[in-house]
Parts: sequence; structure tokens; C-alpha cells
Amino acid sequence: METKNTEIRLMKGNEALAEAAIRAGLDAYFGYPITPQSEVLEYLTEQIPKRRGVVLQAESEVASINMIYGAAGAGARVMTSSSSPGMSLMQEGISYIAAAELPCLLVNVVRGGPGLGTIQPSQGDYFQATKGGGHGDYRLIVLAPSSVQEMCDFVFDGFKLAEKYRNPTMILSDGALGQMMEKVEFPEEGSLPHQVPAWATTGKKGRERNFITSLHMEPEQMEEINLHLQRKYKTIEENEVRYETFEVEDAEIVLVAFGLPARICQKTVELAREKGIKAGLVRPITLFPFPKKILSDLSKKIDHFLVVELNAGQMVEDVMLAANGNCPVHFKGRMGGMIMQPEDVLEEIEKIVEQPIPLVAGQE
Amino acid sequence: MIKGTVLINTETCKGCELCIVACPQESLSLSQKINLRGYRYVELSQDNCTGCTNCAIVCPDAAITVYRQSKQNYKKAV
Amino acid sequence: MLEDTVLELDGMQCVYQKPSTLTDDYMHYCPGCGHAVAHKILMEVVEEMGIQEDIIGVAPVGCSVFAYNYMNIDMQEAAHGRASAVATGIRRVLPEKYVFSYQGDGDLAAIGTAETIHTINRGENILIVFINNGIYGMTGGQMAPTSLFGQKTSTSPYGRDIEHNGYPLKITELIAHLPGAYYVTRQAVHTPNTVRKFKKSLKNAFEYQKLKKGTCFIEVVSNCPSGWKMTPKETLTYIEEKMLPEYPLGDLKVPTQNKN
Repeated sequence: METKNTEIRLMKGNEALAEAAIRAGLDAYFGYPITPQSEVLEYLTEQIPKRRGVVLQAESEVASINMIYGAAGAGARVMTSSSSPGMSLMQEGISYIAAAELPCLLVNVVRGGPGLGTIQPSQGDYFQATKGGGHGDYRLIVLAPSSVQEMCDFVFDGFKLAEKYRNPTMILSDGALGQMMEKVEFPEEGSLPHQVPAWATTGKKGRERNFITSLHMEPEQMEEINLHLQRKYKTIEENEVRYETFEVEDAEIVLVAFGLPARICQKTVELAREKGIKAGLVRPITLFPFPKKILSDLSKKIDHFLVVELNAGQMVEDVMLAANGNCPVHFKGRMGGMIMQPEDVLEEIEKIVEQPIPLVAGQE
Repeated sequence: MIKGTVLINTETCKGCELCIVACPQESLSLSQKINLRGYRYVELSQDNCTGCTNCAIVCPDAAITVYRQSKQNYKKAV
Repeated sequence: MLEDTVLELDGMQCVYQKPSTLTDDYMHYCPGCGHAVAHKILMEVVEEMGIQEDIIGVAPVGCSVFAYNYMNIDMQEAAHGRASAVATGIRRVLPEKYVFSYQGDGDLAAIGTAETIHTINRGENILIVFINNGIYGMTGGQMAPTSLFGQKTSTSPYGRDIEHNGYPLKITELIAHLPGAYYVTRQAVHTPNTVRKFKKSLKNAFEYQKLKKGTCFIEVVSNCPSGWKMTPKETLTYIEEKMLPEYPLGDLKVPTQNKN
């Protein structure tokens, strides 16, 4: 199989992610099977022995994330993937990785929850991904793909961001994206070179010893570490925000959606425009750092936000914060693997625009 | 007997007495004095140390350095 | 040799001193604690084998969480129970280095049991040093899976009761059966004799790592004067009379000449 050049293939989201990882110079993958993302592990166990790197099926997600910690600390470019319940198991390890400032790529192919839930797609882990998830004051850089092409591209972006900021980075996908097949163009293998960082534990040849830890017993030191992390997140917020807009220039009602619902909402905007409703769409690509500014700016011009998610209302809170009372923020969600159709969202838009604008935001 | 001696880092010593137990010559004992951390430290209380290193081997804090007469010097001395 | 050690005194040669591979940090361990002895001997072996620059250790959660303050080598601090998984991650990306995990009884045989068994089941080419003192020292003396029948701890104030808490867990015997375990031995560090044997077992283990034949596992039956509520001298008797009958010293598995 020719892998050196750029290549266009028809692939499933999970497999595109795995192929992208190999091309992006993955050194090691440690993971555990869970539907709907087992194909990532399966693809890698099949491909990596033929190409380069290390792949190991661990005994659990807990073991996986700790192997990631060890390998990342030893300077390797590493990735793991899981789905919601498995991601919950990884939270302790992720907190450690964030605190020790180790770069790594995490992929959550979200399924319906809470609990064992369903294997159908969902966006119910937005809070877990963007607000911490594990204990303590840390953040992940979170990228939300909405196509199989982005499942590939964000692997390259994810490694770059993780290594630039020494921070765990997450691709927040969902079960549908993981399973669906679309055309994807892959960058060349080896187009993202990697150097073992000076702080890695590779054996203290010719230098002072390195140690990777997240334990700091002195309060002064622990606070300093936290302040340093917060400064880092501020820098990330200033430099790495990504989003896409569609027809917002003259919009009166703006949809906000990430991932798969964003594609549904794009269709909805088209349908709404046909009916003469001035609708637009903002698609956050980075969920952390959240695109507060564009939403804040829009909130002063438009009449309504309508946030569309596959959950009970998570990103909607961040949109409300950004809107800061300047305009009402509405919500439409489906859960448990149910997915709204463009017509359903259009119906919601029509309901909203028919009503008089309330004097106080939120009063409907 | 071969002559030996020990140097004990009195500030590192925690007075755990494991060296006293390990010493076959009963050369060591707890001092009446205490170090800066408040531990009674161990000292050589007899002149019969043979430099066997038993004390230093069991010392948790690596507080003991052991010296021993070389075989040459011992033969000369005898 | 340490730089500022006097090498000759009154015509006598220095025959033993603190290894240079230990840092200058004052050890926080309680007086008489076996951890400190184990650290020292481990670092002696690293010094003598000349592998200080080619070794990475993984510290656990427990009293020895600060092991990386004392061992002058590259180290990683692991989450509780996960040291062998962290060591696996390191080993898989650094196949030519020496890798070891250093764990207590809670870390290895309670919360980390799955990682311990699977790491050894994979025959991961690492050394696991397992310090077994039958108690959770760092958190204030709670019962451990390896605590003895009748042992009073802060969470078994009437003495460990088999019916309520189950049996002392002989994890070393369990994992010795795994084909991935290459060298399994039980040692101690409370007398000069046992310390010398422990040192030999460490040398064996690091030599075996060069062969890449499987996991080496050294249990160290150790003490906890604070948790056991005894003086260090009293712990020596407790080890001999109570611990060693339950956890007998010796080799559980040695590589045979015909083993592939």
C-alpha cells in the first residue's frame, strides 16, 4: 500500500483517524476496545507492525492512559482513544498528564450516556472535555471535527497543539462520525517531524536527571504551578481559537452547533433562507478555547441564538456566557442517540422568530 | 583483628539503632546527645571496630562511612 | 565515590560509603524504615553496574512517592497503582534502557492488581520492586491486602478478621505462576545478611533485563515502625516472628538454563 504521498481514500471516520495518526508520526498507541471506536485500535494493530511505531492493547482504559503518561514522559508522540464510559475511566490519568504538562492526543468518540448508555452518537461529554473532567484546575485543548476529513486533519493539528503547549489535546468526535464513510485526503507520511524533548525521561546521559511528577506538597509551589498552567491556557485562548461561520453577516437568528449537528444546521440555514428567514450558523471548531468573541460580537447585533446539541444542554451554557444577556439564547437538543433532522431545527427556528422578542433574555 | 572505624553523619542519623543490632562487636551505642532534628544519634563507643560494614549496610539513611585497615597494613602492624 | 568523602583515614581505606547515585536530600522516611534501605541498595547496584544514565524508574503513591527526590536517575511519578502501566509505556518506547517500577503493597496489590497482573502476563521487560510491609504507611496506617490475620491497623482496630476482610494476599505466589514472570524472588532488608541477598537479587534482575525474557519481580518484606507502632528494633522481631512465616524468603521462580 503506497503511503508516502498524499492520498485520497474513501474511509470510515475511525479508520481515517488511525491512518492519519500513523502518517503524523505516531510513536505509540495504547488503547482498549469500546464501541463505537474499536476500529481505531483494530486498524492500528493491523497497520503499525507493517509501518512504524508501537501499538498495544492494554487491559483497561485506566492502564491505557497510564501507559500514555509513561510513554509521553519518555518523549514519545502518543495517542489513545476511547468512548464516553472509557473516557470517564481515563480522567484521573488525564489530570496527571495535564499537571505534569505532557503532550498527548486523546480521542473521545462520544456515545449516548450517562452510564453504560448506548452505542449511538451523542455530544454528552462536552462538559467533561471542556471543563476539566478530572480533578483540579486544568483544561484540555478540544477540537470538534464534523467530517471524516477533519477526523484526519485534526490529528495533525492535535499533535502540533499538544506539543506546542505541552498539554493533552482532545478530539471530541461522536459515534456517527466514527462510523460513517466519506472521502478523505491524507497528507504525506512523515510530514510532521518530531524531536524528543529535552525534559523527557530517556536516561540521564550527559545532563541532570529529569523527573516527571505532578506532586507538589508546598502550597507556594503548587499555586505557582497552577498560575503557570492558567497563564498557558490564557495564551491558548488568545492564539488558538478556531471556528467557522455560515451566512452570519446579515443574520437575525444564529445557530450554534459543533460536530455532526453543525452539518445538520448548515442545511437548516439553507432551508430557512429559502423561507426568507435570515438565519446563520457559527460552528466552533475549538471547544476549548471557546470562540467567545465572535459570539459576543454577534450577540449585540442579532435577535436570537439557537444552540443545537446532541445532549441536554452543555455548550449552550458557554454561548449564554458569551452572549452575556445581549440576546436570548435558545436550545434544541436530542439525547440517547436520537438525532434531529434539519426540518426539526427549522421548526424550532420558526417557533422562535414568530414570538415577540422578550424584554428580558430567557423569558419566553 | 583487622582494625576499622566508622564515620557517622550525626545530622543524618535518626537513632533507629538498626546498626547497633547489626554490629557483631557491640562497638556502637546511642549517644546521650541529640542532633538538630532531635534524634539521639549513634556513635562508636568502643575501640574494637573491625570495619565489617554490617552497620553501614543496614543503615536506612546511608549515614555511615566505613574504613578498614588494608591487609598489608594489618600484617605490618601485627 | 562521593566527591567529599575522605578516602583514607589513619592509614585505613574507605570500604563503604553512601552511593553517589543517591541525592543529597534528607530522607523523609521514619527512623528504621525499610524503604530507605531499599532505595540505598538499589542505587548502589545502579552505581556499580554503571547504568545511571540508562535507567528510568517509576515511583508509586505511598511513602515512597518521593523516591524521585532521592534517586539520582530519570524518574516518573505514577498515579496510585499504575506504576507498572507507566513503566510499560516507557519500556515500549525505550526498548534498550533499564526500566523499573517501585511499589508498595497498596499500590501493587490493591488498586494496582490489574496492572500488576497484566504487566507480568505480557512479560513486560521491566523490574518490579515490591515493598511489602503489610500496611498503608503514607496515609496513616490502614490495613493493606498483605496485612496479617489479627493485625491491628487504623481500619482493622480489632485485628484483621478473615471472615470480614479476607486473607493476606500472597500476590507474589500468584504472579509467579504467570509464564511472563521470568524471575520472582522474595527478599528482606532488615539484617546485613538479607540486605546482601537483596543486593544480589537486584543485580540478577538487571542482568536479566538485558536478555529481554520477561518480568523480574522482587518482593521485599519490610517494616513500618510508625504503622506497626513499634521501635525499629522491635520491628526486626516482628518481621522474623510474624511476617516471614507468612511471606517466606527465597526464590519463587528462577530462570532455568533450558528456558526459552
